[in-house]
Amino acid sequence: MKQSFFEIIENIEIAPNVMRMKLEGDTSAITRPGQFVNIKLDGFFLRRPISVNDCEDNILTIIYKVVGKGTEVMKEMKDGKLDILTGLGNGYDIEKAGDAPLLIGGGAGVPPMYMLAKKLIENGAEPSVILGFNKAEEVFYEEEFEALGVPVTVTTVDGSYGVKGFVTDAMKNMEYTYFFTCGPEPMLKAIDGVANTSGQLSFEERMGCGFGACMGCSCETKYGTKRICKDGPVLEREEIIW
Amino acid sequence: MVDLKVNLLGEVLDNPVIPASGTFGYGYEFAELYDINILGTFSFKGTTKDSRFGNPTPRIAECYSGMINAVGLQNPGVEKVIEEELPKLAKCFSKKVMANVSGFSIEDYAYTCEKLDKCEQVGWLEVNISCPNVHGGGMSFGTSPEAAAEVTRAVKAVTTKPVIIKLSPNVTDIVAIAKACEEAGADGISLINTLLGMRIDLKTRKPVIANTMGGFSGKAIFPVAVRMVYQVAQAVNIPVIGIGGVSSAEDVIEMMLAGATAVQVGAANLVDPYACRDIINDLPKVMEKYGIESLESIIGGLR
Repeated sequence: MKQSFFEIIENIEIAPNVMRMKLEGDTSAITRPGQFVNIKLDGFFLRRPISVNDCEDNILTIIYKVVGKGTEVMKEMKDGKLDILTGLGNGYDIEKAGDAPLLIGGGAGVPPMYMLAKKLIENGAEPSVILGFNKAEEVFYEEEFEALGVPVTVTTVDGSYGVKGFVTDAMKNMEYTYFFTCGPEPMLKAIDGVANTSGQLSFEERMGCGFGACMGCSCETKYGTKRICKDGPVLEREEIIW
Repeated sequence: MVDLKVNLLGEVLDNPVIPASGTFGYGYEFAELYDINILGTFSFKGTTKDSRFGNPTPRIAECYSGMINAVGLQNPGVEKVIEEELPKLAKCFSKKVMANVSGFSIEDYAYTCEKLDKCEQVGWLEVNISCPNVHGGGMSFGTSPEAAAEVTRAVKAVTTKPVIIKLSPNVTDIVAIAKACEEAGADGISLINTLLGMRIDLKTRKPVIANTMGGFSGKAIFPVAVRMVYQVAQAVNIPVIGIGGVSSAEDVIEMMLAGATAVQVGAANLVDPYACRDIINDLPKVMEKYGIESLESIIGGLR
């Protein structure tokens, strides 16, 4: 973990109420895909935890959904500096991926899949990705994944774009060596119900500190009590108690 | 050269800054960030006889200038703390630590304190009779002078270490409780624990916290804490540790003027993991600004 100041260099809307912010600063503490950062905002007490979308050459990219007062303030930011704790959480362990891992991102869980896909490719794997949304206008990052050379399947619940249905409908006909996922908990549970390999699932919980001190985000697993912020957010399929 | 040292019940602290229980784990997470030996000491995570998972999540809610938590004393139990956490701590902290203890019965408190009494690393026992997050538990001891005195006597009977009783602000007369603890043999008083609070989510119309209510802490409670520290320090002849919303060197000095011998920093650690380090670094220049040569000399120095 590292605390440092980042300069805002981009903050644009990429889908309705979905923002991409690029920040320049010391990214050395970010060591794995699936980690998150915790952002201090003026006027708010607790920091805002947001997953890392990408991180390269001291540029940190985050994609966040505007869901509350904190993210509403962030949406209006044009420039300036932010106090950010980086390198939080365990992140995904890509060594277990095998040759053809499947990445499944749902809504606000799509962003971390991007850095994960890049790291898997660098590591010699050939990942495929499923991106799940409710409807066509919510879809984002399909092209960015395609630009990595990754086969992309988009699902929408209402069928207005891509495959109609849930990410699990798209999973049915796919072969894969391992899976990685991030998204709303009902989606994670549904994936656990249909997946035929081991995998890693990233969880969300309301956090206090984000670095393991307050025990605000604990959960029980088959491997014992874990803090989502420090021992997670990524848990292995085998340890999860639904 | 200003003097930051204070004497807390026979042990000289390099400075009065003590991370509060529940905001600093068992120390080693923070030791990855800075040398925690710069602290006066710290109060470790509230420890009970048996292990506890704590309350369901969400346990945390944002508030104006503060937060609510309802962790519910999650801890591995005193045996594991002694076998696993304290040896880990020994590798990064060479000072005496303050052992924070909670319980659900008089016997629980005595059991846990007796175990910790045998630990060389433990310098003080801080007995929490004020946690708002456990039903039928610690809180009831902190809300009546008789029960508070009973816990104090039970703990004193099993330890030779200084016993500090941590009080709840969620009472009608905190002074009466502090006095009862003093009469029962308490060596010190620490206050305040969190204020009972609640938030409601407008979209779901449900409480934000799964446990409905929780403990409100952070900057917003600082004036309440200063007032209660002042009232208690006026009424007792044992050292008082000031807790509640402290987040700057100025706050430390204000607490000490109100009567605190040492000061705990809680929620600030969760927002800024370097909060205590920065407060300690800032103290000399803030002392110089206000013409303070020695922190010990300003305890209760309100004019």
